[in-house]
Amino acid sequence: MRRLVILGGGTAGTIVANKLRRRLALEDWQITVIDRDREHLYQPGLLFVPFGGREDLRKQRRQLLRNGIQFLIGEVGAVDPEQKSVRLTDGDVVSYDYLVVATGTSSRPDQTPGMLGDEWHRSIHDFYTYDGAFALREALQGFTGGRLVVHVVDQPIKCPVAPLEFTFLVEAFLRGRQMRDQVELVYVTPLDGAFTKPIASRYLGQLLDDRKIAVEADFLVERIDAERKTLVSYDEREIGYDLLVTVPLNMGADFIAASGLGDELNYVPVDKHTLQSVAHPDIFAIGDANDLPTSKAGSVAHFSSDIFVENFRQYVEGVAMTHRFDGHANCFVETGDGKGLLIDFNYDTEPLPGRFPLGRLGPMSLLRETKANHWGKLAFRWIYWHLLLPGRWLPLPARMSMSGKHRPDEEVRP
Amino acid sequence: MTATVVSVGDTTIHVDSEGFLTEYGEWTEGLAGQLAARIGIELTDEHWKAIRFLRADYPSHGETATLRRVSTLAGIPIKQLFVLFPGKPAKKMAYVAGLPKPRGCV
Repeated sequence: MRRLVILGGGTAGTIVANKLRRRLALEDWQITVIDRDREHLYQPGLLFVPFGGREDLRKQRRQLLRNGIQFLIGEVGAVDPEQKSVRLTDGDVVSYDYLVVATGTSSRPDQTPGMLGDEWHRSIHDFYTYDGAFALREALQGFTGGRLVVHVVDQPIKCPVAPLEFTFLVEAFLRGRQMRDQVELVYVTPLDGAFTKPIASRYLGQLLDDRKIAVEADFLVERIDAERKTLVSYDEREIGYDLLVTVPLNMGADFIAASGLGDELNYVPVDKHTLQSVAHPDIFAIGDANDLPTSKAGSVAHFSSDIFVENFRQYVEGVAMTHRFDGHANCFVETGDGKGLLIDFNYDTEPLPGRFPLGRLGPMSLLRETKANHWGKLAFRWIYWHLLLPGRWLPLPARMSMSGKHRPDEEVRP
Repeated sequence: MTATVVSVGDTTIHVDSEGFLTEYGEWTEGLAGQLAARIGIELTDEHWKAIRFLRADYPSHGETATLRRVSTLAGIPIKQLFVLFPGKPAKKMAYVAGLPKPRGCV
């Protein structure tokens, strides 16, 4: 009996476990998923919580895993790649033949001096965590005006468009409450602009201008002076706030560092086409846990998992892995007022305008605000629980397609 | 990526639309000094420590190191990198080291 151990029962870990359970013979393979808690959180739903979204975002991990998959609750202390074992913090040891690291990335407010403290979840907020999103809802309800700063500590972050989505949504929220004139909105980023790819920048940057949202670029925060309600950068610029919505530094799990498996942010270095660890061939890292140079997003977990599953079957049969992940990602970008954009891109191709996924038929529009995109984002919740996580077939190819896309200079406007 | 051929001093190099070198092998230490001068930086030993780390890191990592990576692995505090390469240290270090502009996500 060969043993496959998957660390993490989030989006990537659940998809891979379910897909492999259908493809690997039950009598030959034991598949074990280990996670530190019982509940799977629908993370895209967190974005709407500060504005009143009330849907239940959680389900039991056990219910999302196919029969025949062993599920263990446990905190990983360290992996020993030489002994091929996982030590849990309660002292238990789980041995493996093949290991998949799918422990994601997490907000680390402790990494920025001044962020955690008395003002955390009072005047300093996040929205990538369940508790944080609900605390921010309370704060927005009680917000009476002033400077609202949306801030990103550093890249990479989980769902890189989410801070922009939050900014658009909070602007619409303030307008809806007739208090937009009483609020100065500032978007603070360590990048050299709110959008870094030139074509997306041209299409989307206008939205920020239209909404009178100021952008403070190249701002790498060194510390937060919570008493003075001020962000201080490494080059000693200061930005004051009345309400701060920050995206803390994102890091991989601590056990990755303790095991010597990670880079400076605890992400596992992998081959960007096969997701195989560059240091240990029997270890793969999927989803947000690896150092792929693409978005840390559920769509990447989805598309790369499709590639990984095919490659893994080849690898365990002792033949060369022939499938190559191209960095494919797509993301809905909520823009407020019941509209949204969609972007679709990969390692080599920046987000382009056009239609998705069926060429001229769409029905989604790329880089253009439409109500269909907004409804697509909302409909994705059902797809996530009922098709994506169970590992069922979805009509979205893992490799990015140029069908329906065009470069702006080729565009013909009516 | 489209590259343009330009001359820096006596050297002919390929650069992208923002001036970043596109051919890893075209870089020399002499060229680094000339590129640094173009952005108003005179290279000291401290600058060279960062640049040599970036050059050594790139082939194995496949990406230009971030400020945090340089800080952690080369032992240069981020604040010091802002002093050495004022304003936009990540971009300026990459430019002088002859490496691609650091990636953004969107």
